[in-house]
Amino acid sequence: MCFSLTAQHNHDDHDGHDHGHAHDQHEGHDHGDHAHDADSHGAAAHGDEHPTNACGMSAHHGEFDPGELAFHHVSDQNVYNIGPWSFPLPCIMWVPGEGIDFFSSGKFNGDSHGNGTKAYKKYVLHEGLVQRVPDFPTDELVDIGAHSVVAVKETIDGTEKSVSYLCYNGTKYKADDRSTLDAGYFGGGLTSFHDLSITKNVLSMGIVVFLLGWLFLSIAKAYKRRQGMAPKGVQGLIEPIFVFIQDEVAKPFLGAKWQKFLPLLMALFFFILGLNLWGQVPFLGGSNVTGSLSVTFVLAIVAFLVTNFNGNKDYWKHIFWMPGVPAWVKTILTPVEVLGVFIKPLTLMLRLFANITAGHMVMVIFVSLIFVFGKNGTSTLGGYGTVIPSALLSVFMMAIELLVAFIQAFVFTILTASYIGAATEEHHH
Amino acid sequence: MLIFLLDFNPIKPDLGLILWTTIFFLGFWWLIGRSAFSPIARALKSREDDIQGALDEAKKAKEEMANMKAENERILADAREERSKILKEAKDMKNHIVTEAKDQAKAEANKIVSTAKVEIDNQKRAAITEVKNSAGIMALEIAEKVIKKELKGKAEHEDYVNKLVDGFNLN
Repeated sequence: MCFSLTAQHNHDDHDGHDHGHAHDQHEGHDHGDHAHDADSHGAAAHGDEHPTNACGMSAHHGEFDPGELAFHHVSDQNVYNIGPWSFPLPCIMWVPGEGIDFFSSGKFNGDSHGNGTKAYKKYVLHEGLVQRVPDFPTDELVDIGAHSVVAVKETIDGTEKSVSYLCYNGTKYKADDRSTLDAGYFGGGLTSFHDLSITKNVLSMGIVVFLLGWLFLSIAKAYKRRQGMAPKGVQGLIEPIFVFIQDEVAKPFLGAKWQKFLPLLMALFFFILGLNLWGQVPFLGGSNVTGSLSVTFVLAIVAFLVTNFNGNKDYWKHIFWMPGVPAWVKTILTPVEVLGVFIKPLTLMLRLFANITAGHMVMVIFVSLIFVFGKNGTSTLGGYGTVIPSALLSVFMMAIELLVAFIQAFVFTILTASYIGAATEEHHH
Repeated sequence: MLIFLLDFNPIKPDLGLILWTTIFFLGFWWLIGRSAFSPIARALKSREDDIQGALDEAKKAKEEMANMKAENERILADAREERSKILKEAKDMKNHIVTEAKDQAKAEANKIVSTAKVEIDNQKRAAITEVKNSAGIMALEIAEKVIKKELKGKAEHEDYVNKLVDGFNLN
């Protein structure tokens, strides 16, 4: 702990995002990470709070910012960091018009904070994410030095944006973030490349889907082998959950058609639950998969498509021309109902995303309390004094998050079932 | 708000993650739905039906048992009734037989008694007849003897008769 507290002070020569990084895993372990960094970088940093690099760029530094740390923690990454270890992941980079590149993110020689010291095929690793430097002079694997990519805030078209620059051989190059489909509303937008990599979230999803698949196939086999017999082992563990979703979600909402939609509801529930729980397992990197809008977006789109493709005549009639109400009410009701068709999946998407992301961020912030009260390593008493309250709060929060993992999976499933149920219901007027 | 979200990556829809999520979720839905969720649901349904069937059967068996028991009791009651009837009949018959036997015996006895009486009467009559005959004969003899002997006086007569009477042994 002692190393950790002092390390924070020495880290001021990094960009602000790094601090307390090792606490990404929620439980504030692996302080050895910081100790190592303190040894290697400590001396150079002393007395120089705002270093400028060869290109005259200065990263914004200052107080330890738990908010930025939390943002960093919930972000997807091109490396999988567990404590002091950094595992490279496969990169699949698509530059429209130029083709697709495959390589390992290990090429960038990233440290445990996800900052690379090498450039490869015009790509660099910054804050765990691959960025592309379109004007970089070479495609070869070249050394760019540590902390040569710096993010600064710039105002473009009246909106403040975070822009990254690479300093290489005294020249300043703009580094593009990967493309995002938010049209710039959330600070992203289309750039020169798309990142289709197996990122930390994708790998987590793959592992969880594999584990769930293996689990359910073996359970299905057990049902076949032990036909008509009482459940045993893991079969008995999953059966109550399965029966609960089947009897309390599928049957009441879908009526006679429950068997048709059961696989979708089960897939949604266990996919979301598995990923929610995976993100909470200590020492596994704390992946924020279901707390990514992209993931919940896909799930909500699936719910939206299944609902509307299965919508019967009555469903559409109730949306566009609600029977049994005066004509003038219909003119108000129809726009509301049409909006509702889209708002329903939108709320599904946002609810899951917000709940899981918030849980991850709260965990990081509770752990960060140690560094906030420790005044970034300068107040030993504050730091030590907050360890136990912070740990207690974290344990309490983890218990709540465990509950949230189940509740959110259940809520997503039950709402999807109710939307599908409403769309396929037979009305008898 | 937008400034706040500058570095907030999770909210930026990322093509790669969307693509992979689509692949993984649809794959999971299709594959596990087909080969695990549906079969499990079917297995649960058939097991539920089995259990319900077994329960129904047990209930039916119980009802049958109850019916059988009632039947048995009825048969038993019938048998008891039959038994008491038979017993009663036997008793009646016994009484009848005994009464009859008694009557018969009485009749027989009466008959024997009356036969005996008749016999006794006959014997008596024969005896009386014999006595009468003997007395007649005796009287005749006495009279003969008296006539044969000339008696001197009255006292002599009487002694003589007495002497004759004594001479007849009336056995």
